[in-house]
Amino acid sequence: MPDSRVVERPASVAAPPALAELRRVAIVPALNEEATVPGVIDELRAFDPGLDVVVVDDGSVDRTAEVAAAKGARVLRLPFNLGIGGAVQTGFRFAFENGYELAVRVDGDGQHDPSQLTAVLEPVLRGDADIAVGSRFAGEEHDGYRSSRSRRVGIRVLASVVSRIVGQRVTDTTSGFQALNRRGIALFARDYPHDYPEVEATVMVFRHRLRLVEVPVAMRERGGGRSSITALRSIYYMVKVVLALFVGLFRRPDLPEEVQP
Amino acid sequence: MTPLVVSILGSLASLALLLVVLELIRSRRLRERYALLWLATGVVLTALSAWRSGLNTIAGWVGVESYPPAVLFAVGILFILAVLLHYSTVISRLSDQNVLLAQRIALLEEQLRGAAGRRG
Repeated sequence: MPDSRVVERPASVAAPPALAELRRVAIVPALNEEATVPGVIDELRAFDPGLDVVVVDDGSVDRTAEVAAAKGARVLRLPFNLGIGGAVQTGFRFAFENGYELAVRVDGDGQHDPSQLTAVLEPVLRGDADIAVGSRFAGEEHDGYRSSRSRRVGIRVLASVVSRIVGQRVTDTTSGFQALNRRGIALFARDYPHDYPEVEATVMVFRHRLRLVEVPVAMRERGGGRSSITALRSIYYMVKVVLALFVGLFRRPDLPEEVQP
Repeated sequence: MTPLVVSILGSLASLALLLVVLELIRSRRLRERYALLWLATGVVLTALSAWRSGLNTIAGWVGVESYPPAVLFAVGILFILAVLLHYSTVISRLSDQNVLLAQRIALLEEQLRGAAGRRG
């Protein structure tokens, strides 16, 4: 009897009916997030008990893998830190090889609220998008957590550059709060950028003619741990990402366009 | 003053370096993170080769007025040193990771053999 005992939570909405018919997985990248990962797993279960949870432990030195396994999640433990791109792609490969039809990506630091997955999943379930991205800036101003000013400016600059390149307005190219169908999973399983991947991934999605839709969401403050992005690093990332975007313009999509669902 | 032919050849060579690096990135044979130092090398050497009065000024600062192109060599060598040092750190990290991978595989194989043995 699936889906009959959704835990009552104030902000939570029961999963849409079509969801129950799909093989679905939540990919949770985590680096030293032992404090927050158990809560994220609980919230994912509360949102949808039929959702398989796979935690990708990106070389944590704390007990992230143990606490995740204790919560009953599948744990992919990387032998050393691959960076967020490599870690997330591990999850997509897992989803692809295990035949999942739907995947959501929720960060292990707790900044993504699983109860908002209803909204993020909707365009994908409706068949309007291959990839839906939860954006902090897509809708009206909200009272959720807002990142620092310099970070917001950086995100906006990248967003406007990317919007120009892909010819569709995107507002949050750094969001890792995503839902993907089988085509999206297949693309990212085969090819996913490194280091600071979401910006390049957004452009890649369009170049492969997949449909990307943004959904307004509010994000929470990080529950624990530390952001992997420091000031000096973010400059390096900006330069690297701009270079990658520029060079990417001259690159033909070299992967098959058609992926059978 | 830098001979004109040195400026022209220097500019062409460093532009060629830039183009080769960009093409290597485009064809995915060079990752962006390892290309940044090469790109910086190409940009600085192109600028120093093409901007003749600037090269003279810098040569004056460092006391090689007699032959300004020496600054080109010096800067080029410095960048090559930086790239080499960077690669040494990269190779060190890769060999550490390689050791770790070999160890993980050995542990996994042992686990697999153990599991197969228990079944058989």
